[in-house]
Amino acid sequence: MKLYLSTAPHIRSEADTHVLMRDVLIALLPTTVAGIYYFGLSAAMVIAVSIVSCVLFEYLWQRMTKQPVRIYDLSAAVTGLILGLNLPSTAPWWMPVVGALLAIVITKQLFGGIGDNFLNPALLARAVLLASWPARMTGATAYALPTCWSGADAVTSATPLAGYEASTLDLFLGNIPGSIGEVCKAAILLGLIYLLVRKVITWRIPITFLAVFALLSALVGQNVLDELLMGGVLFGAVFMATDYTTSPMNPRGQFIYAALCGILVCVIRNFGAYPEGVTYAILIGNIVTPLIDKYDKPRLYGRLKEQKKEGTVNA
Amino acid sequence: MPKNKSLSSVFMNGIITENPTLRLVLGTCPTIASTTSAVNAVGMGAAATFVLVGSNVVISLLRNIIPDKVRIPAFIAVICTFVTIVQMLMQAFFDELYQSLGVFIPLIVVNCIILARAEAFASKNGVLASAVDGIGMGCGFTLAITVIAIIREIIGNGTVFGINIFGAGYEPMLLMILAPGGFLVFGGVLAISNLITERVKAKKKDEKGVIHA
Repeated sequence: MKLYLSTAPHIRSEADTHVLMRDVLIALLPTTVAGIYYFGLSAAMVIAVSIVSCVLFEYLWQRMTKQPVRIYDLSAAVTGLILGLNLPSTAPWWMPVVGALLAIVITKQLFGGIGDNFLNPALLARAVLLASWPARMTGATAYALPTCWSGADAVTSATPLAGYEASTLDLFLGNIPGSIGEVCKAAILLGLIYLLVRKVITWRIPITFLAVFALLSALVGQNVLDELLMGGVLFGAVFMATDYTTSPMNPRGQFIYAALCGILVCVIRNFGAYPEGVTYAILIGNIVTPLIDKYDKPRLYGRLKEQKKEGTVNA
Repeated sequence: MPKNKSLSSVFMNGIITENPTLRLVLGTCPTIASTTSAVNAVGMGAAATFVLVGSNVVISLLRNIIPDKVRIPAFIAVICTFVTIVQMLMQAFFDELYQSLGVFIPLIVVNCIILARAEAFASKNGVLASAVDGIGMGCGFTLAITVIAIIREIIGNGTVFGINIFGAGYEPMLLMILAPGGFLVFGGVLAISNLITERVKAKKKDEKGVIHA
């Protein structure tokens, strides 16, 4: 009989980056289709430019720095799709290109490539675009009313968070002005269910995020259901806060991280200068993640809790 | 610092080998703060160079008189004098620049480059060498921050020294003239300068290798 010695992990799953990213793309499909349905060809163009330029920048950077080209792991495509869904359908072609450069080259590759970025690339890109071209990303001039392929010219309007009146059903289905991916909550929930069934993510981060946010919103006297359905909180909680690289590794840390995100969204929405705070909330969560991971190390099997210094001195 | 170094090598030392911004990474606060436009950067560079040369000369003259234990306060007193002169001159003759640089003019007092040169060079070298060192370091600083400022101004405002270069259709990337843009461009320029330095070093090594072989 032969005995093999090997280190953990002993149970390996078949899932690799390619499979996981493919699942994320599938989960984003309903949201993408809904966005294109509501905002028409211009939304499709923004998404297409975003995906193509993200993959292209990843390819060019990896060729330039003589690394193996890894665009087939689909992570750049996922970043591109999420970035596109984060933009208004009125965005000119160069905005997703600049966003892709920021996401792929500056946030991801300069910090070491996949798995080493400390911020969610698509979110950083969105934050920079928001700070650089505020008139194109916030206010009444940025977001188009849904045209639903009717051929009508797009008319811009304030978003529900900035005063646009919409019924709860419209908020849920997505018949409102907003970023391409954030409007249709029904599609986002479909994506969430798919990700949970395929075990790509666990329920901890999205549900804790939304629950803490809902609780706080109720405490400050907002209509909880409308608060949950307005803006990008659902999209952020499902697709962006759950990024493996930039969220804590262990369950307890994930609860802390998600709760922090939920608190921050509510605080920024109700007491901040911006109408929406999901981008900044998750980015701050990303930054705190290494700290959470540092203080939330699980106890190694068979090891006692670390003794206090006095104890070790006496021993 | 060897005392018998030629003046030209002292001068070039400040611009290339020990460029205060890109090689020593000193004075990063004015590097971020005053590179929002090329005019600001040149103004800050000129002011800092004036202070640097003045304080280097005076400190070099006083180097045998100042007691070692109180040298830092003494250096600061000398530097403060020159900063006050610059501030008054600038307010009198370049009021616009004075307004846009604002608090960063008095803050030249705490610019690490100036104290570092006082400590590392002027307090150990003769008057002429110290003056040349001040000019070299000042030019190196001015050059580096002007490059950073030109990049930031082009992307963040669509202009170079206030002259529009892209026409009316260009929508400037506001972030570049905000603080984060300063860090981004500074980091980028630093990385490129390190890359060039490494390439040059590797090349020199190669040439030596060939000779030895």
